[in-house]
Amino acid sequence: MKVLYFAWLRERVGAGSEDVDASGASTVAELIETLKARDPRYAAAFADLAAIRVALDQEQADLEAPIAGVREVAFFPPVTGG
Amino acid sequence: MSVRVQTEDFDIRAEIDVLTQDRADIGAVVTFTGLVRDLAGGEPISAMELEHYPGMTEKALAEIEAEANARWPLQGTAIIHRYGKLSPGDRIVLVIAASAHRQAAFEGAAFLMDFLKTRAPFWKKEETPEGGRWVDARCEDDAAAERWRKS
Repeated sequence: MKVLYFAWLRERVGAGSEDVDASGASTVAELIETLKARDPRYAAAFADLAAIRVALDQEQADLEAPIAGVREVAFFPPVTGG
Repeated sequence: MSVRVQTEDFDIRAEIDVLTQDRADIGAVVTFTGLVRDLAGGEPISAMELEHYPGMTEKALAEIEAEANARWPLQGTAIIHRYGKLSPGDRIVLVIAASAHRQAAFEGAAFLMDFLKTRAPFWKKEETPEGGRWVDARCEDDAAAERWRKS
């Protein structure tokens, strides 16, 4: 699946977008664990889960949401537009 | 109804004209314009970079606009939000709500802004003398959106 990162998450991960093999992860929280195990950059980016929001196929979701069938997962901090 | 996400500036008068031309059923137009300030938390700001999530941003704004139109008798609405690099004094965002009477227009415009601030995927980074700094979300904004929750 395609995984996107925005704002300081993008900076900490070092990429705005990447393809991730998420087989084995059934929820957003499990996907985060998979990513954190890959590289210390992800562990740093996802250190504080309270500061992280997620969208599944461009709809806001929570960390316990299932990701089966999802094509695009986006991680970002709380929004600050306007 | 219209939603635009763009780098270019906008002309408030021209946007009002688009909503009101050739019709006489609109009695009230409320606009809100957000500007970049040169000070944040007591620190000088030299520039601001706005990032967004292309695709989701337009979708989220259209949903917010549809909800405002479902809740108030609005004859026209518009949301324009800029992204990219902006300087102090620059316009960031414009919302317009037009209605037969002022109350729906005032409330519709406030609702659009309150929900935009908590739901639309934009992020601001301020340039300060100490370097770039991502703006933190404010709990006042959550409280402002919460007051529109239907009981």
